[in-house]
Amino acid sequence: MKTRFFQLFGLCLFVSSFWSCASEPASQSSDQEAPGSQAQMVSNETADPGLPFPVYENFSDLEYLFRYQNDTTYVINFWATWCKPCVAELPYFEQLHEEIGAEKLKVILVSLDFAKDVDTKLLKFVQDKQLQPSVIALTDGKYNNWIDKVHPDWGGAIPVTYIYKGDQVLFNDQQYDSFEDLKASVKKIQSQG
Amino acid sequence: MRTSFASLFLSAAILLFGLSACNSGTPSATDNTDDVVATQESQPKAITVSLRENGLAIGDKAPDFKLQNVDGKYYSLGDIQDANGQQPKGYIVTFTCNTCPIAKKYEDRIIKLHNMASVMGYPVVAIQPNSPDISSGDSMEAMKQRAKDKSYPFVYLMDEKQEIFPQYGAQRTPEIYLLDADHILRYHGAVDDNVQSPQEVSVNYVLAAIEALENGQSPDPADVKAIGCTIKAAKSN
Repeated sequence: MKTRFFQLFGLCLFVSSFWSCASEPASQSSDQEAPGSQAQMVSNETADPGLPFPVYENFSDLEYLFRYQNDTTYVINFWATWCKPCVAELPYFEQLHEEIGAEKLKVILVSLDFAKDVDTKLLKFVQDKQLQPSVIALTDGKYNNWIDKVHPDWGGAIPVTYIYKGDQVLFNDQQYDSFEDLKASVKKIQSQG
Repeated sequence: MRTSFASLFLSAAILLFGLSACNSGTPSATDNTDDVVATQESQPKAITVSLRENGLAIGDKAPDFKLQNVDGKYYSLGDIQDANGQQPKGYIVTFTCNTCPIAKKYEDRIIKLHNMASVMGYPVVAIQPNSPDISSGDSMEAMKQRAKDKSYPFVYLMDEKQEIFPQYGAQRTPEIYLLDADHILRYHGAVDDNVQSPQEVSVNYVLAAIEALENGQSPDPADVKAIGCTIKAAKSN
């Protein structure tokens, strides 16, 4: 409950920061998109009731997902409907999501499907498979601007999985061959710190 | 007036947030503002699970190879000629394959790239790194068919023993290694800046790098990342 409150509070702050940016463009660092487009992104995101998942056009707007400092373990998988090995390992992430129950663990599936495929291929896939873990669409095509922000060792190939709790990070750029392998990675992070 | 109110509000919010939320270890959306610092700080404790070898850095000499082409013959860099029948001024070594949707998106662009650059002395040397045991669509037979269907104007070699791509450090298809005449790596990474749409490309990094080399300069940027498909390595490797 407390966490939910702070998440909401953080979201309010997050959104309010866009207004501030819009009125103070000079305060934004130069490698970002124009502040106006970010604000527009937020309104787009909330204005499209047809999609059961959020769509981010800029990585910087979802980077907070990688920076939580709490005792929850976040399992973030980058995938796409066009990526066969990604689709092959998705059931392990679904199983992880199902099994966790009350454990402090959150599975987030970040889709890198192209913008034009989001409300067609991706939507259909998510609905057909009835994916239970959180799905996020990231359509930021300026890959070179943000791949290193996830992890400098990431060359850009998918699937990759980024598991973290606080400062403990496990980055895996290989496909998981079994649920046990995924579980072992999660345990590595949970057993630390 | 509105500006100052907004900034005042933000300042107050950040202050409040910093005092209350951050200390209790809750999600911090304000991390966005100094993300680069946060990234660097979070790295030292990281565990990396990666089969990737270190590979080549810009300025390193690339290893030569002897790999079978779709015409049945074996080629090393020394056997490659440019469109003028001359020894090349450089090589656009391209790890690509039949099956990866991103490689397919780039197929026509790689053909165009070769047609433009090979005349200037920089032919494409395509290498298919996937194991056909894992990706049957990348067998030599399938490669031959694809090269024939699309009339590839460049060699399409198979890294049959999967020994070459790890030496280069290649991780994905498609992935470019632009070598100069001395086989020194001068540019590495993406073909251009728009994977989704060739019409919306604003920078062709490979052509820009070749132009820099032609002008006696170092390509800048020299290393650009993009998404692609993981190279499918046989588990016995």
